[in-house]
Amino acid sequence: MNTDLLRILPETILVVAGILVMLIDASLPPRAQRRGLIWVAAPGTMLALWASLIQLRLDPGTAFFGAVETSPFTIFFHVLICGIVLVALLLAYDTLPRDSHHQGEFYALVLFGASGMCLLTGAVELLVVFIALEISSISTYILAGYRKHTGKGPEAAIKYFLLGSFATGFLLYGIALIFGATGSTQIYEVAHKAASAQNHTFIVLALMLMLVGILFKVSAAPFHVWTPDVYEGAPSPVVALLSTAPKAAAFALLLRVLYQMLPDLRSLWMPLLWVIAAASMTIGNLAALRQQNVKRMLAYSSIAHAGYLLAAFAGLADKGIAAAAFYIAAYAAMNVGIFAVVTLISGYDEHLPLVADFRGVLYRSPLLGSLLIFFLISLIGIPFTGGFFGKFYSFSAAVGGGAVVLAIIGLLNSGVAAAYYVRLAVTVAQKPENGMSQAALPVPQIGVAVGAALLFTVGATLWLGIAPEPILRAAENAAHALQ
Amino acid sequence: MIPLSWYLLLSATLFCLGIVGFLVRRNLITIFMSIELMLNGVNLSFVTFAHQWHLVKGQIFVFFVMVVAAAEAAVGLAIIIAIFRARATLAVDRIDLMKL
Repeated sequence: MNTDLLRILPETILVVAGILVMLIDASLPPRAQRRGLIWVAAPGTMLALWASLIQLRLDPGTAFFGAVETSPFTIFFHVLICGIVLVALLLAYDTLPRDSHHQGEFYALVLFGASGMCLLTGAVELLVVFIALEISSISTYILAGYRKHTGKGPEAAIKYFLLGSFATGFLLYGIALIFGATGSTQIYEVAHKAASAQNHTFIVLALMLMLVGILFKVSAAPFHVWTPDVYEGAPSPVVALLSTAPKAAAFALLLRVLYQMLPDLRSLWMPLLWVIAAASMTIGNLAALRQQNVKRMLAYSSIAHAGYLLAAFAGLADKGIAAAAFYIAAYAAMNVGIFAVVTLISGYDEHLPLVADFRGVLYRSPLLGSLLIFFLISLIGIPFTGGFFGKFYSFSAAVGGGAVVLAIIGLLNSGVAAAYYVRLAVTVAQKPENGMSQAALPVPQIGVAVGAALLFTVGATLWLGIAPEPILRAAENAAHALQ
Repeated sequence: MIPLSWYLLLSATLFCLGIVGFLVRRNLITIFMSIELMLNGVNLSFVTFAHQWHLVKGQIFVFFVMVVAAAEAAVGLAIIIAIFRARATLAVDRIDLMKL
């Protein structure tokens, strides 16, 4: 049997589910509620997740004339992305306004975006890389502007869109130069030809241009300026998705480009990433310190986390890739979780956006308050949470690769970061002032779907913190597959 | 016969003009057009390299870039309309509800 179709099964399922959602949405009467479409979207995502696991039975290899690949590496990221998307869908189901008539579009766009992200992790042909990146980007541009009637919604979308397309232009020019230098756009062929190339000028230039494009997507400094604005303007359920799934896919692409396509230029890109990692951590954390808006603070914290993750790239190939993959999983679990909690506390319309507004949450809703503190603990990187092992593996990979100074910068930064995480945690635990309006605020309702989403993220964060071995082993398998 | 390097130079110039336009222009539509200019500069490179290697692959790439640019334009213009409805301006300096 031809396995080509099996190798793109998860993407196919996601696209079919997205089209189904769109068609059903269009055939419903205009006044009808669209929330029920989750019954197409969520099972579709679960099916895609199952399909990714089925791919474990296939021998690693490429399909469609070397355009896409299935390997433990791609399966790791497929499962991760499908998991994130599932949680984001459940979160959106309970938190998007019930009378909205755009929920069908929302689910469809999330599914289309997810198919692009999954395809991006499996693409081994630069043409497919480009198209997959754009499928994921264009869907997320629209999602970022989902609240189109507020002032901030379209502003977030336009900033994301303009800077995103700008960065894609760089990536594309890089691909063109790769094609010019090697006469190929297939990653294995490029790797083969680049290794024996006489003149490296074009390849080096191409690498720089591609790095600009990819580092923008992972929001590493100095390409991070869009992050806080987009996270503030986009609805929180979208941010939960936006801050994790496209980033995971972009990191997968970064790993592929650096370790699989141009491993010989390591002496060139390693110092570069060293500087970018250090800059991302420092700029992210210092800027987060002075944020009053919770979502902006978390946006800067995500820039810092991109820095911690990039530190793993300083490690030796095996350990570095495994540490990076593990970190992405840990980061995704805790970040989706904290944005879910923030969505419930500040509300979809964000009537409580500031750190000060979070005062007394622990008393208003003990469950949400303690969950928020739990995720903050994980973001700080305290043991028994996923954040701890993520940082631990990342920094030990950096030390193993000889970047001791980078690991020290990372540790210092973790200390700085603890300051603003703890500030938020303390605010949450403070008693509401007498006569303050907060005491009179309604307790946020936790629906079944969002409850499941929270349970899933808490479980994943704890699991990664207490028994990280299975995921670490999967990450190591992924690392082997990439080489 | 015009040497290939001239085409590459032209392509790089177009790309850089796009970057400059993106950075200095203050109207959303013009900024968007600058991005299109960058993409078309890249397209010229692809065609040149396709000619150099005698590979049709580069030209196929150009078609895909054009398709994606069209999709991007559809979404981009829709977002620009949403901005205009919400703010009644297209000047980037005045789209500043959120600042660092």
